[in-house]
Amino acid sequence: MSAAGNLFAQQEANRKASRRLIAGFILFVAWLGFGGDIIWYLATRNSPDGGGVHVFPVAGLLMTVVALGMAWAGYRFGPTMLMSAARAREIETPSTDEERRLVNVVEEMCVASGVRRPRIWIVPDDAPNAFATGVKPVDAHIAVTEGALATLNRDELQAVVAHEMGHIANYDVRLMTLLTALVGMVAVIHNVGFRMGRIGGRGRSRSKDSGGGILVVVLLVLWVISWILAPLITRLMVMKVGRSREFLADAMSAQYTRNPGALADALVKIGGSNVKPRAIPKSSAQLCIADPYHSKWDDREGRVANLMATHPPLRERVKRLREMAYQDQGMLDNLQSPLSMSEA
Amino acid sequence: MFGIVLLALLVVVVLFAISAYNRLVSLKNQVANAWKQIDVQLKRRHDLIPNLINTVKGAMNFEKQTLESVVAARNQAIAASNTGNVAATAQAETVLTGALSRLLAVVEAYPDLKATSNVSQLQEELTATENKIGFARQLYNDTATQYNTAQQTFPTMLFAGMAGAAPATLWEITDEGERAVPNVDLSLGTPTR
Repeated sequence: MSAAGNLFAQQEANRKASRRLIAGFILFVAWLGFGGDIIWYLATRNSPDGGGVHVFPVAGLLMTVVALGMAWAGYRFGPTMLMSAARAREIETPSTDEERRLVNVVEEMCVASGVRRPRIWIVPDDAPNAFATGVKPVDAHIAVTEGALATLNRDELQAVVAHEMGHIANYDVRLMTLLTALVGMVAVIHNVGFRMGRIGGRGRSRSKDSGGGILVVVLLVLWVISWILAPLITRLMVMKVGRSREFLADAMSAQYTRNPGALADALVKIGGSNVKPRAIPKSSAQLCIADPYHSKWDDREGRVANLMATHPPLRERVKRLREMAYQDQGMLDNLQSPLSMSEA
Repeated sequence: MFGIVLLALLVVVVLFAISAYNRLVSLKNQVANAWKQIDVQLKRRHDLIPNLINTVKGAMNFEKQTLESVVAARNQAIAASNTGNVAATAQAETVLTGALSRLLAVVEAYPDLKATSNVSQLQEELTATENKIGFARQLYNDTATQYNTAQQTFPTMLFAGMAGAAPATLWEITDEGERAVPNVDLSLGTPTR
């Protein structure tokens, strides 16, 4: 009925989709690890030489440890490494009008979201963009490029900052750090495993009686195929989770600012910009408000491109935001308080 | 066998009750915190006004009335917030909002004044503070709505009494003037008929 109702319904739908994806992802990775243990257990259960030698799930636990290690490294060093890679400078006390406006906008969004004030950074890059990092809301960072400060008006900047606050409030950065660690773990084990398989495969003599029957064989084939495809599948799944979180953050931005039209306008400006980013590392594209390496905002909407994209197509995001604003931009602008219309 | 099932069921129910109870208490505290945030922002606005007045005073001697109404409204708002009466505070703050927006509109009419960086800074600060007040109210109303919904929906409603939950009042616009739709006059002087 109301704009807010539509908005919270979108948030709930996004959360549900995201939860399902994450559950699927974790189940898949668990199958890669513990599935192997189960197959081995089933295969060796009836063999005469030491039945059930493999009761303890070695492979699964090993993978868990590797994944935890990678996640810890991401937690510990991720945010600081990213900021120095982007050559960002932190604003401690604002000195120019532009910086003051940014600090104020961030603080306004802190009030709106109830999140603690993140540290604020400016990235020396003329391409308009913004990103958030930090694994927990009490130690979060928001970075905005100089290009964004120059091209976006106050309301648009506010909407962009609100999107990033949404990522922080949703623990998205933590989630993506964790999932990326899982992908890295799968990639590492995949590489090591296949190299060892190539060396050891020839010398190994196949034992004739695995003793598990048809079920074991089917499971084993499935498991091997899963491992062959694992790096690709896990990567695609993380991309999908990331895209679902983008929609959620858009909806959060609309909740905080109650001005989804401003985010739509900002996305059109960011997507329409022809400036090539210099400072933002390619690896952190998924953290930005829109993929900075999209050359044009409407030419990457094929099915294959969608699978590998870090962000949903801008056109779709803008469309959803306009729906939240009931497309009625004119009316929305009139509802703004006279004070928020004044721009620097 | 039957005993085990019964025990499992009991454990599930107890866990459920604990989580519902904790959710209500957490929401209650969030509502209280959101309410305090409004206070913080109002205080900030009161502190900002003397600065603004001092900056524009010299250049706007002939707009004395506008300035005086802002000062008076500020003093009243501070007095009201000291009494702790919510309705009176909301009323006084509404008056102050009106006086401030009139002052900012007047400042717009003085390009020289606007050009000095001090005024543009103050204008930005004031815009930010006004926005923060609005967002603080919005957060309060959102949180209070969540809290009220939790109290009224099944199954959390069963534990509302135990958690000492009571419906939270939403911040409403008390002043008729603020609620009224702005009257936009698009006619260009004499009607062409």
